[in-house]
Amino acid sequence: MARTLAAKIWQEHVVRQASGEPDLLYVDLHLVHEVTSPQAFEGLRLAGRTVRRPDLTIATEDHNVPTTGAGEPIADLVSRTQVETLRRNCEEFGVPLYPMGDAAQGIVHVIGPQLGLTQPGMTIVCGDSHTSTHGALGALAFGIGTSQVEHVLATQTLPMDPFKTMAVTVRGQLPDGVTAKDVILAVIATIGTGGGQGHVIEYRGDAIEAMSMESRLTVCNMSIEAGARAGLVAPDETTFGYLKGRPFAPSGDDWEIALASWRELRTDDDAVFDKEVEIDATRLEPFVTWGTNPGQGAPLGGEVPDPASFDDDGRRTAAEKALAYMDLRPGTPLRAVTVDTVFLGSCTNGRIEDLRAAAGVLAGRRVAGGVRMLVVPGSMQVKEQAELEGLDAVFTAAGAQWRSAGCSMCLGMNPDQLGPGERSASTSNRNFEGRQGPGGRTHLVSPQVAAATAVVGRLAAPADLS
Amino acid sequence: MEKFTNHTGRVAPLRNSDVDTDQIIPASYLKRVTRTGFEDGLFAAWRKAVPDFVLNRPEYEGATILVAGRDFGTGSSREHAVWALRDYGFRVVISPRFGDIFRGNSLTAGLLTVVADADVVERLFARAEADPASEVTVDLGKRTIEAGDIHAAFELDDYTRWRLMEGLDDIGLTLRHAEDITGFEVQRPSWRPVTTSR
Repeated sequence: MARTLAAKIWQEHVVRQASGEPDLLYVDLHLVHEVTSPQAFEGLRLAGRTVRRPDLTIATEDHNVPTTGAGEPIADLVSRTQVETLRRNCEEFGVPLYPMGDAAQGIVHVIGPQLGLTQPGMTIVCGDSHTSTHGALGALAFGIGTSQVEHVLATQTLPMDPFKTMAVTVRGQLPDGVTAKDVILAVIATIGTGGGQGHVIEYRGDAIEAMSMESRLTVCNMSIEAGARAGLVAPDETTFGYLKGRPFAPSGDDWEIALASWRELRTDDDAVFDKEVEIDATRLEPFVTWGTNPGQGAPLGGEVPDPASFDDDGRRTAAEKALAYMDLRPGTPLRAVTVDTVFLGSCTNGRIEDLRAAAGVLAGRRVAGGVRMLVVPGSMQVKEQAELEGLDAVFTAAGAQWRSAGCSMCLGMNPDQLGPGERSASTSNRNFEGRQGPGGRTHLVSPQVAAATAVVGRLAAPADLS
Repeated sequence: MEKFTNHTGRVAPLRNSDVDTDQIIPASYLKRVTRTGFEDGLFAAWRKAVPDFVLNRPEYEGATILVAGRDFGTGSSREHAVWALRDYGFRVVISPRFGDIFRGNSLTAGLLTVVADADVVERLFARAEADPASEVTVDLGKRTIEAGDIHAAFELDDYTRWRLMEGLDDIGLTLRHAEDITGFEVQRPSWRPVTTSR
């Protein structure tokens, strides 16, 4: 029977199948960070259990870590305790850890692909919803809760019911200035924050095929914002080229064997998806959000919508609440919205190509007066590469702050936060109320729009700059 | 996990859609390393900033069933959202649709999440608003919601229902199949990456 790529990966990882029970699914790689793991390790300890496969597990410190200073202990005692707890747990259970200060430390979803640990055809889990990022390399990767983290630590498996499948086909060439971030924001606005619920999305079409690996990582990253369990892209020459030579990628004879296996990872021509969505890439524009969920977005050239324009009661009420929180009036051109803060970073847009794109816009320009811009590389390796290329000098010359790696202002678990009433243009993934700090207001944007916005002080695209 | 068979309690009506887990518990409460005591973080921003927020209203004090709009629990995978609801005293959440990870977390941790038709949810809202003291019974054995003249059936797969009713530990169940896991590991491709050497 013809099968989708997601179904093929799933079936290759079923340890046990029994009627009336969920499948028992094997996990090839378990990524761990400090926030969602302490209770899981404690659970193991209380039950006298061990980590079954520390060699398929890897940990890093990302959510809490400060992005300033150089290696001194974290000032926030609660954050420090959480990070120290991870270190103790990793030592006790034998889990490899990339701590603060390590050259490979960074956001868990940035370091996995970067190290070559994320490979096609794998099952990957992490106690973090943006685990969908790794699907860009053709892996089935999804976020789990802490009880499931404990389950995977103890058994290297998860009892799961198979996901439904959805094809999101993006056809045509993206216009100049339109990025992967704009594509995924448009997808989410099209299918809604719950539209992908229960599904794994396979992104396809020539616009996806033409994307770099890092752009695909951006697209897959925000699958969860459409409600999907996972998002993936069939591996191709772009994927193989990205992986070759990375530290954990297969080498020598293994590379050839792996490559032959990876080339089989495609959805069969006559396979049927449970749902199909088509997006015309040629009609896309830079996209920004105006509301308090990632589905509440519009083209930058548009206006803040009038809630009365929504037919659906729920969407209308949600829009009214969102505009009240965001302090925006219907009909306001999005380009007239002023910001205090610009955040460039996160597992969505904290990779080297994102930094290059933003630096390209900022070169020879200045961040507008009264605007603070934080540039937070997704990993220490991204930071090192950016410094080699002189991007840090571009950012600091423009008046932006050049920081160390971490999740930072994406969710403000470290000191990088919005104050009450402050408004940001942010390359991160969530514009929820208070996400970047209590009372803070977030507009999700691409790195290019973030950089142009920093220069103008209002939401703007690079094309708006003289 | 505590067994769940049926539950009767009062309803807190939360007429919001798209309640993400950042609203259920803000990130600042996620720094703790304990598994209990998260009740202070539940809807912390709204409890602080919105005087007539449902949990600030005395008539809904002691409610154990939360009824919410569509797409409850979207966003972050934080199981702390489930712990906060549970620690505050909720045993059941009813909504037309849930975020997948939140739903999975709730059913693993013994908080019953019930998917009900939008019209049933609307009637439950109206009833709780008209009479905050009125009670609702959620029967997991029969898979029904009973409240006055509201009689609604809900779906939950037999396996999850059995696990909740018996209060079984998922990990213990999986470890019964340890030999199958070992058998699977023997035939995994040897070129798959390991994290301990590169």
